[in-house]
Amino acid sequence: MADHPDSSKNVIEVRGLTTRFGQHLVHDALDLEVRHAETFAIVGGSGSGKSTLLREMIMLHRPDAGTIRMLDFNVLELDEEHAVPLRRRIGVMFQQGGLFASMTVGENVGMPLREFTQLDDTLVDEISAWKIALTGLEADAVLKYPSELSGGMHQRAALARALALDPELLFLDEPTAGLDPASADGVGALIRDLRDLLGLTVVIITHDLDLLWQVADRVAVIGGGKVCGVGSMAELSAMQHVDIRPFFDTPRGRAAQQDAARRGDVQRMKEGG
Amino acid sequence: MSDGHSLPAAISFSAPDTWVLSGSWTVLCIGELARKTEQFEQVQGSERRVIDGSKVDALDTVGAMLIDRWLVHPGASRTTYADVEWFGWTPAQDRLLERVDKQGACSLPQAPARSSWLVRLGMSTAAVGGETRALLGLVGECALAFAATVQHPRRARWRPFLHHIAIAGLSAMPIVGLLSLLMGVVIAFQGADQLSRYGANVFVVDLVGLSMLREFAPLVTAIIVAGRSGAAFAAQLGTMVVTEEVDALRTLGISPVEQLVLPRLLALLVVLPLLTMFADVMGVVGGMLMARGRLNVDYAVFIDRLPLAVDQGTLAVGLGKAPIFAAIIAIVGCVQGLRTRGGADAVGTQTTRAVVQSIFLVIVADALFSVAFSLLDL
Repeated sequence: MADHPDSSKNVIEVRGLTTRFGQHLVHDALDLEVRHAETFAIVGGSGSGKSTLLREMIMLHRPDAGTIRMLDFNVLELDEEHAVPLRRRIGVMFQQGGLFASMTVGENVGMPLREFTQLDDTLVDEISAWKIALTGLEADAVLKYPSELSGGMHQRAALARALALDPELLFLDEPTAGLDPASADGVGALIRDLRDLLGLTVVIITHDLDLLWQVADRVAVIGGGKVCGVGSMAELSAMQHVDIRPFFDTPRGRAAQQDAARRGDVQRMKEGG
Repeated sequence: MSDGHSLPAAISFSAPDTWVLSGSWTVLCIGELARKTEQFEQVQGSERRVIDGSKVDALDTVGAMLIDRWLVHPGASRTTYADVEWFGWTPAQDRLLERVDKQGACSLPQAPARSSWLVRLGMSTAAVGGETRALLGLVGECALAFAATVQHPRRARWRPFLHHIAIAGLSAMPIVGLLSLLMGVVIAFQGADQLSRYGANVFVVDLVGLSMLREFAPLVTAIIVAGRSGAAFAAQLGTMVVTEEVDALRTLGISPVEQLVLPRLLALLVVLPLLTMFADVMGVVGGMLMARGRLNVDYAVFIDRLPLAVDQGTLAVGLGKAPIFAAIIAIVGCVQGLRTRGGADAVGTQTTRAVVQSIFLVIVADALFSVAFSLLDL
């Protein structure tokens, strides 16, 4: 956990971001800020360019125009060599997990530690086992190969690897995709837990309405190549933009909202009593 | 912050029971300290002590974990977070330290002990047995699928069949042609010295003709096709297994053997003899070029002599091997592809196995042919 004297500072600032795939304009001068220690969700319909936005923030894809500032680095001006210090400070969990199939879960999590720290092997093994336990996996998962894991365990192992170097900034691409409700809920609780414990800034790309209500401090809705609304879920629910309404006016949207309200009541009751 | 210009983690001992920590207790800055752990050995688990964190710049989970391990319960002592007096930590750091202590150290699971060589020998023998069974099983399934196709010709998959003929045959022609040409050149070149010493220049025709037609053309072609198409078959089918396409076929009621294996097998059965024929021609041409260059055997003389040196039997012996080689390559490639289990990694392993096994089996088959032909006096 790093100390930030000015915690209202933006961790990520995206300005005038423009991306084209051939004739197709994906982002049209898009602006976005992510504040320190918040859980920020990016949502939007399929093909709205949210995954591309994520890939641009984590330096896997170059936008056609615009600037991205992240943790005081000007991301688009970094060459590979200068990007390494920045990459070490961010953790990414990919939608398919991105776990290396030829390594056990323990080796997967230990790999960034072996690569970037001066810790000896036993300590690295211990730390990775500890991180794996932190994400709620059983101890024997350390020796398993990714192909032997169930979907929920896979996501948790991927999260453990993303957390290996104690990043300040964590990117999660569809962390609950393909999980059963219990596992999805577990991942949501885990994200909140980690944020509280480590003071992480978390950027989530998701379709999961329950997760949005559960963890997101602020949500940005992307539509038509721009951010068409930013705010907490409660604030967004009052906005009338056509790209925002489906998150609240569809049966699923309503169900998630009611569920969140019910949980909120339970929470308040617990705190009151 | 962990951006390079932060101070490394350090520890000092002020009052008899006070540890003063300083610097960045983060994963990137703690490595140096972690290698000098002997200084923590004097920490006794029982005594009351103070851990002063007012000079700590940063703390992350690894730092907290190591503080917990080295200072809170050193060795195997059972002291916990509550037994230590914490001084100068921010509330967030305090929360982290408490949480880390609560989670406790996790026991490292032991990797299962390596089984004895006898067990491993048995396992790998069983694996070879399983593979052989799968191989033979697929041969049978292909035969059944072929019989079904003959009975219902409308079910024949012409498009994939023709596609594989084009890919495995037509596209292989340049490389097969070039390599056989060079092979013919090399054989003639190697023989030239010996033959000219005895003045038997014209026998270069026998040398090139016999060795190319009987042995080298079928073998070289089979090896190239195993490397090109056998590998491709294994990789294609392996990827289809990994992406559940093969399962999808099964649930649609389409036999993967009929849809995927049979067209490939039949395509190779057609293509490999043709490629071998082409290799025969190119090899002889290569020998012919060399014969004129080194041995002064004219093209006309060479061509005149050729029917005397090699008869149709020789040609048939060479071409007769080709379908067998084709079956070996196609079946091994498909079996290895279909036996892929796991992820992307396994596709590579299976592809390697397919190529190694098919080349091995092709050469074994070739040796058996030689034995059989010599017994039959062919």
